[in-house]
Amino acid sequence: MPIADLDVSPVVNLLRFATIGSVDDGKSTVIGRLLVDTRQLFDDQFDAVVEASRNRGVGDVDLSFVTDGLRAEREQGITIDVAYRYAATPRRKFVIADCPGHVQYTANMATGASTADLALVVVDATSGVKEQTRRHLCIAALLGVRQLIVCANKMDRVGWSEKAFDNVVAEMEQLSATLGIESLTVIPISALYGDNVVEASSAAPFYDGPTVLEALEAAPTGGWAGTHGDDVTRAARLPVQWILRHPGGGRSYAGMVDGAPLRVGEDVTVLPQGLRSTVSAIETPAGPAEEALVGLSVSVSLSDDLDVSRGDLIVGSGDLPTVTSEFTATVCWFTPTPLRANTRYRIKHTTRSTPAMIASVDARLDVNDLNLVPVDELLINEIGVVTITTASPLAVDIYAHNRITGSFVLIDEATNVTVAAGMVGPPLLLNGE
Amino acid sequence: MTATTTAAERIDHLDLLESHAIFIIREVAAECERPVLLFSGGKDSAVLLHLAVKAFAPSKLPFPIMHVDTGHNFDEVIAFRDSVIESLGERLIVAKVQDSIDAGRVVDPGPDGMRNRLQTVTLLDAITENRFDAAFGGARRDEDKARAKERVLSFRNSFGEWDPRRQRPELWQLYQGKVSGGEHLRCFPLSDWTELDIWQYIEREGIELPSIYYAHTRDVIQRDGMLLSLSDWVKPRPGEVSKNETVRFRTVGDATCTGAVLSGADTIDQIIVETASSRISERGATRADDRFSETAMEDRKREGYF
Repeated sequence: MPIADLDVSPVVNLLRFATIGSVDDGKSTVIGRLLVDTRQLFDDQFDAVVEASRNRGVGDVDLSFVTDGLRAEREQGITIDVAYRYAATPRRKFVIADCPGHVQYTANMATGASTADLALVVVDATSGVKEQTRRHLCIAALLGVRQLIVCANKMDRVGWSEKAFDNVVAEMEQLSATLGIESLTVIPISALYGDNVVEASSAAPFYDGPTVLEALEAAPTGGWAGTHGDDVTRAARLPVQWILRHPGGGRSYAGMVDGAPLRVGEDVTVLPQGLRSTVSAIETPAGPAEEALVGLSVSVSLSDDLDVSRGDLIVGSGDLPTVTSEFTATVCWFTPTPLRANTRYRIKHTTRSTPAMIASVDARLDVNDLNLVPVDELLINEIGVVTITTASPLAVDIYAHNRITGSFVLIDEATNVTVAAGMVGPPLLLNGE
Repeated sequence: MTATTTAAERIDHLDLLESHAIFIIREVAAECERPVLLFSGGKDSAVLLHLAVKAFAPSKLPFPIMHVDTGHNFDEVIAFRDSVIESLGERLIVAKVQDSIDAGRVVDPGPDGMRNRLQTVTLLDAITENRFDAAFGGARRDEDKARAKERVLSFRNSFGEWDPRRQRPELWQLYQGKVSGGEHLRCFPLSDWTELDIWQYIEREGIELPSIYYAHTRDVIQRDGMLLSLSDWVKPRPGEVSKNETVRFRTVGDATCTGAVLSGADTIDQIIVETASSRISERGATRADDRFSETAMEDRKREGYF
């Protein structure tokens, strides 16, 4: 069977989305409204939101309290860290990452967006798209998000003006084009009153598109493969996590399959060593199988007795990753100390950790005009291009081709704190240009 | 063998949750020096243990199992705990709140006092004593608004505290488990599971649970809006009348603060239907310890609670 014909993405009717938007544009309120109007909230949870709203003197029901659950968040009326919520309608399941909008919490926003299939963007129609929204959209696009549902929120405050809505549409269309967004839906809503979130509203006669819920239910799922089409890697990648020893001898290699399914009898290469063998058996959580589908944690046995350890990558037949100890990467810098050349970190790439050196800081990405500006350091929350060298070689794919083998984090060896998120290759936005 | 999959078969939601959890468990076992798996005998820890066994089969678990025992137990849960551990042939450590009381580490709240919060001291002492650098727990983000904010690998400083304002970035599936001496991680492989997912998985996998999860008759009293089971520690106070009711437990914790719910659901199928149609959250229906303040869970977590 030709590899191109294989269906690599499991059909799971599950959409993961992250919220994006500036402080006070109403992200958490939109999510609160969505959960309340689809009856995802238990009665006691709703009662607790009502009580907390009254106690804090913010009116009868502050829907943002549905997800802003931390004491400090409620005191300040802001979102500090990602809240994960789970919802199910008769049509599909949702994993919602309600992300903070403040620039100082960019790392938390990136945490939420790194696993999203889609971004739900909230724009205040009274003021238009703010710089902070552009920044977070840029990060989401770099992380690979290709679908946007945009809520033009607070339409009640502009008297449901068609012009105000059209302004948001125009701004978002222009932005989407530069960010390589493939699917854009803009919806006029009032999260406060519930118009067009779950219930269709007659307040905007000029709009005949879907509600927010309908758009979320209609969006394509399937994560990376679903939204990155032809570019994705076409052979299995299995980063080895753990070696399982079998009674009576023999070993198998445990890890999660990505890229494409792996089959018994398939020729594989173990990187970075470049050793060749054949899959002799596959064990899935449901028992032995002929095939390991993408997203499953499996263990595989090989027909040859090879030296394979944690951090190695088992690759199926087809395109191989690049084995290298020097590469260009796009990084998002999360820490107050600037990132400069000739500094040392630990890199975690798939299941392999090794010392890494920043050989050079090459450029900073201007989030407003998306130009690369030559610089020699990156400040906190900036995005840039760097050259990294590693102590032991890594088997990497360009991030656009594979989210697992194309991503890494940098760790401060003294504090063990994660200081950067990295993507192999130049910024994803610029690839198509 | 019918377990062989073909290309035509698909992975469902539970398969993805299962594989993700196994991935996390293997990753922490590989990155941390001395992990431990916290096991209360409740449904979530039963699922967690089941997943851990799958992650390392056919080998034994590469870490011990620990029960933080408040001393206020349901007999059925202790019997279940012991039979599960024995059938697996794994190591069990029991850290007792009573020992913390006897050692003067915490003050005994009295014969009918709640010991839930005291567990934090016992847990942290056991982590220090055994030099554990990672503790797996069965907490889920859908349980509580503070848990909804917590990372899968949640960092604890050398005092065992959680600082919700300074969580580590956790992108993609790059779970980063390095800590320095005295610090540790709490690891939550079931973060993305809902109560319904747990029950559907228990049904699919045929996971055994303590019998009190299924409907049975029991003497209970109504207190603080909850049905508490009569026991050595819960006795009727003046004005409280005990009644024999058909109940089951949605959660299992300290017997003095875990309420039963009126229910005739005595099979998994019935429990799944009941769970899917419930209008009251799991903790709202059954946990007195979350009712003291708006941020009760966050406050307990900051101190080092599960």
